[in-house]
Amino acid sequence: MKELAIKELLYKMADDLLILGHRNSEWTGIGPILEEDIAFSSMAQDKVGQSWALYKMLQVLGEQEPDTVAFTRNAPQFHSCKFVELPIGEYDFSLVRHFLFDTADLLRFDLLSRSSYTPLAQLATKIKGELKYHTMHANTWIKQLGSVEDEEAFQRMQYALDVALPFALGIFEEGPYEQSLADEKIFAGEVHLKSLWLEKIQETLSKTRLVLGDVSLISPELGGRYGQHTEFLQPLLDEMTEVFKVDPTAEW
Amino acid sequence: MYGGGNTFEPIKATGLEMEDPAKLAEFEARIERGEKIEPQDWMPNLYRKQLIRMIEQHAHSEIIGALPEGTWITRAPGFRRKLAQMAKVQDEVGHAQLLYSAAETLGKSREDMITDLINGKSKYSNIFNYPAFTWADSTVISWLVDAGAIVNQIANAKGSYGPYCRALDRICAEESFHLKYGHDAVVHLATGTPIQRKMLQEALNRWWTPLMHFFGPPDKMSVHTEILVKWKVKMATNDECRQQFLDMYVPKIWELGLSLPDPKLHKNAETGEWEYTEPDWEEFKRVINGDGPCNAERLAVRRTAEERGAWVRKALLSPKATYVTPLA
Repeated sequence: MKELAIKELLYKMADDLLILGHRNSEWTGIGPILEEDIAFSSMAQDKVGQSWALYKMLQVLGEQEPDTVAFTRNAPQFHSCKFVELPIGEYDFSLVRHFLFDTADLLRFDLLSRSSYTPLAQLATKIKGELKYHTMHANTWIKQLGSVEDEEAFQRMQYALDVALPFALGIFEEGPYEQSLADEKIFAGEVHLKSLWLEKIQETLSKTRLVLGDVSLISPELGGRYGQHTEFLQPLLDEMTEVFKVDPTAEW
Repeated sequence: MYGGGNTFEPIKATGLEMEDPAKLAEFEARIERGEKIEPQDWMPNLYRKQLIRMIEQHAHSEIIGALPEGTWITRAPGFRRKLAQMAKVQDEVGHAQLLYSAAETLGKSREDMITDLINGKSKYSNIFNYPAFTWADSTVISWLVDAGAIVNQIANAKGSYGPYCRALDRICAEESFHLKYGHDAVVHLATGTPIQRKMLQEALNRWWTPLMHFFGPPDKMSVHTEILVKWKVKMATNDECRQQFLDMYVPKIWELGLSLPDPKLHKNAETGEWEYTEPDWEEFKRVINGDGPCNAERLAVRRTAEERGAWVRKALLSPKATYVTPLA
């Protein structure tokens, strides 16, 4: 039971990071300013690297090797939340997603750095150090574009926030082993994480003109953790695995 | 990644008669002594103009060059390649950032340079007007286009303009990692399955002409640029760069059991020079003038990126801030 619970936790975190890392990398070469191409690429590299480390941990627990796990599964076998698979859209959406997701992820890995499962606690401590810069980047931009007098920018940001929120709430979809993970002091759980997250994003948003919708009235976009995805995940995976699948046994 | 082959066009009027002869003599003496010229130093207008043109083309080549390789970031096979491809293309964008700053020191803003790129007024390396059809194309670019760029850039890093030389030193250090990465990826294909080998050989065949074009037309066909050589703007001739590239990389390509689509290609034992079939220079001219397989697509992507990002740049403008020319 404990091992199943750990695997479920690791899979959803790894899948989130791989898919969002993949999406962020799509900005390379087309960002609004060169510095943002570079920033999104850096964060993409961190995220894909973090997912790789988590898949390696799963391999130690008996799962297949990371390349096989990442490059041969289909959408229904992915445990990522729907939020990460949405297309990059315009910069406003990508920035808001980056802010909402990375704030949650920093809090998540902060909790995990105190996990009773030592390998995870150690990795979480390392990842936390990287995520600190991701949220610093997100907060800087959210504060800037969320406070500007420029009406177009403000409207875009507010709209992106409204569109993103139900999906962001899907990050915290509860898994089948919440109780077990909490009892074993492996992970405090999605409900707890969500409350920390709400507080944190409100704190940043309160320094801007942006308004967060009433989350008690919003139905979260759920299902991702159980393999139910939007129409966007499978094409992403088809693209990601296009070369690998030419010959999955070959060395590339 | 920049080959320098399409930088120089005939200089219609040097305008040197308008320059102060004493200052000009001092400027030339400094260059002769191997000193670097810095942004605040006196320089003739022609020097400034040619440098802006060259550094700007180099910067454009980096951001446009990110496009054919960028399409393979999302397709790179396996974690190792995926991460390396991301880092590699990110480096190229970073080079553009460095180079635009270096060009800005001479008085042209990044915005103006990008506008000229989009309007087709300013060029970039011709090689990026060719498509990267398969993963193997992307590995050939990483290995051989970066290798070619290093040949040109190491030469230019010894030039006379301080900010450009310093940017090039940093760029060359990164490009040498790209070359290692590209070589590693090529070796994996060359020693891999029959499908992988076939994919690689086809890519190499496709890229050979653009690679031969990369350093520009042969010296006997090129515009005379003595003054730019004297001023250490142009540091090596097109043929010198091409010879150096062939000498360093053809043996490595052959070592992998790959062939090159030029039956005449060989090293003349007596002269020590490589002999080859001249690539189609009419094609080179056609492509440079906009009629290549991907010119329209590359500029359209860049234009769309600029349009989609315009609101961000506009929102960041502050009436209180004034433009400051960077110094390095």
